Amino acid sequence: MREVLEGSQAVARTVARCRPGVVCAYPISPQTHIVEALSVMARTGELADCEYVNVESEFSAMSVSIGASAGGSRAYTATASQGLLYMAEAVYNAAGMGLPIVMTVANRAVGAPINIWNDHSDAMAMRDSGWLQLFAADNQEAADLHVIAFGAAEELGIPAMVCMDGFVLTHASDVVELPTAAQVDAFLPPYRPTQALDILNPTTIGTMAGPESFTETKYLQHLRFLDAAAVIESWSDRFREAFGREAGGLVVRYDPDTLDRDREAPPASSDDLVVVAMGSVIGTLQAALEPLRAAGIPVRLVGVSSFRPFPGDALRDAIGESRHVMVIDRALELGSGGVLTGCVGRALAGTRSRLHSVVAGLGGRPILEASLQEAVRMALDGELGRLEFLDLKEGGVPTPAAGATEVAR
Amino acid sequence: MRQVRVHGRGGQGVVTAAEMLARAGFLAGHEAQAIPSFGSERTGAPVVSYCRFADVPLRTREPVLAPDVVLVQDPTLLASDRPFAGLAPGGLVIVNTAADATAVRADAGAEDADATVLTVPAMQITMTHLGKPKPAAAMLAAYAAASDDITLDAVQQVFRERFPGAVGEANAAAAAEAFAYVRDELAAVGAAAGSEG
Repeated sequence: MREVLEGSQAVARTVARCRPGVVCAYPISPQTHIVEALSVMARTGELADCEYVNVESEFSAMSVSIGASAGGSRAYTATASQGLLYMAEAVYNAAGMGLPIVMTVANRAVGAPINIWNDHSDAMAMRDSGWLQLFAADNQEAADLHVIAFGAAEELGIPAMVCMDGFVLTHASDVVELPTAAQVDAFLPPYRPTQALDILNPTTIGTMAGPESFTETKYLQHLRFLDAAAVIESWSDRFREAFGREAGGLVVRYDPDTLDRDREAPPASSDDLVVVAMGSVIGTLQAALEPLRAAGIPVRLVGVSSFRPFPGDALRDAIGESRHVMVIDRALELGSGGVLTGCVGRALAGTRSRLHSVVAGLGGRPILEASLQEAVRMALDGELGRLEFLDLKEGGVPTPAAGATEVAR
Repeated sequence: MRQVRVHGRGGQGVVTAAEMLARAGFLAGHEAQAIPSFGSERTGAPVVSYCRFADVPLRTREPVLAPDVVLVQDPTLLASDRPFAGLAPGGLVIVNTAADATAVRADAGAEDADATVLTVPAMQITMTHLGKPKPAAAMLAAYAAASDDITLDAVQQVFRERFPGAVGEANAAAAAEAFAYVRDELAAVGAAAGSEG
């Protein structure tokens, strides 16, 4: 059934239909609506056979999730920004222990200065934690990705973050079609843990590893992570067959002219500028690039759906013969450039590609179609540098006008 | 595509107004999108939200910069919050106020704006029926009265679904009164042969 739902509601209902055994989370903007909705469903019984655990912090939320998963339950949590950083130690532990927890990250900037709005700084800070990181382009995909995430995480024994842009998606209402409970039951097998603490057969998970074995443990974790790309693709393919719509995958291609998501779209050609992006800015890029294409401007759009594992092969395939790439980056590697750009650059090493890093939308600055179109024009005219800050106000930090909003920016 | 911007203050249901508008638009057969803007989380601070309708799925996530319709839930924002900014030529501005369109234009510094300005005492109507200063249903009903984008029935339906029981009914009653008020206002404008009411 197609319906208008707030993104957080769409995610919460879909998570409930994945039948987690334990949900443990601590509220933080802009994730709060998701866990509020789940707590209501736990009370009303819509989220059945699930223990909803209230804790006093994000560190405890992840610790309880680890305990729940190690005890054999399908475990879910959600957080954002400082909350993700506060649980960071436990985030790494969940991955090292091979516990397939699924966590929504409602992407938000990281302070200081304190800022509750959207960018990708929080998830990027955890890029090497050993979790899968799947990014949603819109609210339909944000909901659908959770079904894929549970499937892929549990097959791999690797935890998964589903990253959705805070406020821009979590608090926006869109027309969505949620997977029904029956559909999810038919698609996602019940959780069968490959390791579970059992009092009758005592084992240890997450023991100390000394210099004699730590390298080998990390190497094995790395090898398992190499399996992840194929597993994510496989679950995404099965999702498409079961639900009749695209979600997830590694790299997303778009039709050159309609800008519709199209897995059959041809790779970019040597004349094309390729715009690579991740998250909700993809929707704005679809809207911004369509008229440019209609005007004959050679530009293509490629989305990154799986940031971890980073799909270098699939990205190179989609970029094809193009050697001119502009990355829209929602997080900054200080002194260097966009974080996504660094990964794209490594994937394109040896191809002699011209790469632009366009840092955009930090701390909730709205990303405008006109600004993106101008960046494309400048790139094609040879006027765009290697590192640009979209809509940067010159002359330092301006004093906001009284009652300033985006309208008055 | 139809683009709507809602101005109000924290606590007045500005974000809810955009969400309810998207739902009403969807009921009317449109693709719809509501985007909140959290300029501040403080009660009473200026808040803006956005809504879009279209006949194809909506892709863009940028704020509405050139609205076709602007709903102002709090007339004290007319001077400071620039509600006429970016308004599409011939756009519609509906203001919750007991004053008239001429006073609204003067307050907003928009005497010469190419716009249709309608006023509706939505807060007064809402306080009568609901008893709380949340005029979203009345404002959306005023919009329904002034355009074909959404209907009164749809506005009442989405509020009844969202707030089952007495609150939904009170919102529906406020919507009906605001709808009738604006229809009367439009009839008066028509009778005055095109001069603005």
